[in-house]
Amino acid sequence: MFAYVVRRLFATIVVMAVVALVVFLLLYLTPGDPAAILAGDAATSDDIRRIREKLGLDEPFLVRFGGWLWRLLHGDLGISIFTNLPVTHLIAQRIEPTLSLTLCTLLISVLVAVPLGVVAAARAGTWIDRAVMGFSVLGFSLPVFVLAYILILTFSIGLDWLPVQGYRPIRDGVWEWARHLVLPSTALGTVYIALIARITRASMLDVLSQDYVRTAQAKGLAPHAVLTGHALKNAAVPIVTVIGIGIGLLIGGAIVTETVFAIPGIGRLTVDSILRRDYPIIQGVVLLFSASYVLINLAVDLSYMFFDPRIRY
Amino acid sequence: MAASPTWQRFRDAFRRHPTAIAGGVILLVMLVAALAAPWLGTVDPQAVAPVKRLKQPSADFWFGSDMMGRDVYSRVLYGARVSLAIGIAVAALSTFLGLVIGLVTGFIRWLDAIVMRIMDGLMSIPPVLLAIALMALTKASMENVIVAITLAEVPRVVRLVRSLVLTLREEPYVAAAVAAGTRLPLILTRHILPNIAAPLLVQATYVCASAMITEAILSFIGAGTPPNIPSWGNIMAEARSLFQIAGYLILFPGICLSVTVLAVNLLGDGMRDALDPRLARRM
Repeated sequence: MFAYVVRRLFATIVVMAVVALVVFLLLYLTPGDPAAILAGDAATSDDIRRIREKLGLDEPFLVRFGGWLWRLLHGDLGISIFTNLPVTHLIAQRIEPTLSLTLCTLLISVLVAVPLGVVAAARAGTWIDRAVMGFSVLGFSLPVFVLAYILILTFSIGLDWLPVQGYRPIRDGVWEWARHLVLPSTALGTVYIALIARITRASMLDVLSQDYVRTAQAKGLAPHAVLTGHALKNAAVPIVTVIGIGIGLLIGGAIVTETVFAIPGIGRLTVDSILRRDYPIIQGVVLLFSASYVLINLAVDLSYMFFDPRIRY
Repeated sequence: MAASPTWQRFRDAFRRHPTAIAGGVILLVMLVAALAAPWLGTVDPQAVAPVKRLKQPSADFWFGSDMMGRDVYSRVLYGARVSLAIGIAVAALSTFLGLVIGLVTGFIRWLDAIVMRIMDGLMSIPPVLLAIALMALTKASMENVIVAITLAEVPRVVRLVRSLVLTLREEPYVAAAVAAGTRLPLILTRHILPNIAAPLLVQATYVCASAMITEAILSFIGAGTPPNIPSWGNIMAEARSLFQIAGYLILFPGICLSVTVLAVNLLGDGMRDALDPRLARRM
């Protein structure tokens, strides 16, 4: 087992190195002069020279990559072109809203999706099952911002129950913080719920046809005890896997959700940086999100040992 | 008068796979509407009319007009061209690239380790973010959007093709063909490709659906098709600050996008069920 953990850690480092290389190479592989594109149409040749110097585009590739990687390993993500502030500083300022949004969404989604999938599997073939599966296909097809606007038009403008937009920090009061997160989390979570519910159902159906489940039912165990105690724990590995993979979906959606709901998080920072062509910030955000994604999936891999002790590596 | 055989066959198919056929029909209607946009009561989608700004939907403006007085119905119909073209182009391109790379890595073992590490790395970057990073470095154009989304989708196709190839290689008939000295190109065309085609086609429809959503997201946050092209994402992006007074500006393109993506997904689910009945009962 120890050998497995070490091997898995090593694989994670390799993947992170590839991510860093890809993010860095983008600057070199895109056609045209990146400095000229980043400077925009109204730039003078002075602006272009300034950006080229800032990104170090004149230096040899290996020198540039080595220096960049060295600073990256020391937690330095570079300097923003537009504001001249360190990228890590700008990201740190914006991290709380994004963490609130994604963690709330993650929690709500798992709490809603897993029971939905379990019930659909337990009542396979009935209208309940078909309703859950129908919702799942619909959830995959509704783009997050379309759903977000439908929710705002209904619950904020139509019924006036919840705030239209904005974010309140948690230190200003948990109630206001939560009220501002209800609609964003619902909009962002729908596709995630659809994904998790579908896999939960499939995995439960697999497990429910096993002999030990039939034995548990035959010895007169209550149906809910069979479902949660025997079936769900053994169905957990695919479910936990898809929760981890779905984080990628969640991150992409968070950028859009923050834009619609005017939440001042990392997603907003990204969108503002696209408009200002502030590439160092985009680079930093991509690295941060990819690293979180990889580390979460590492944790997911290691959690298999808990859910299925038979797994020996 | 008896129903024609074609109609009867269609009815039988519909009875067996109602949702898939419904998806196919909706998609067909969208495709025809997109291609026939000039003859469907549209005006120039770029024609501005400052006196007719932000009109609610009416007999004159079926879907209302936007803040420059442009006809939203015409813009949405022409926008279907952009969305569908990008969805289909990305599906075709990433299926082709994924097939080639997947076949190569499946058969050339020493390349496998290197290519798959690169694919793992690419897959660790959330697709929307990878596309954003690429779009930030290039000029906004439809071609660049297609390339950016394709690059984000290819690793998943490679994964699928490679795993299929690795399974097929172990099949006795493939092993027999190898033992008999059949050359690689013939093994590929006769044994591998026919067995990959079906799951690859299903995957292509899912890629198409996901590409249309990614395109709309990119345009919506200002990193997609250039603003002068009326794509669904662009129409919604322009309405971002106006949605409280003109919600229809977002609803009409949003519903069109959702319905089209839903149709593609239903078609994909139907094909998957038809091709793999064992999996169909579970999913």
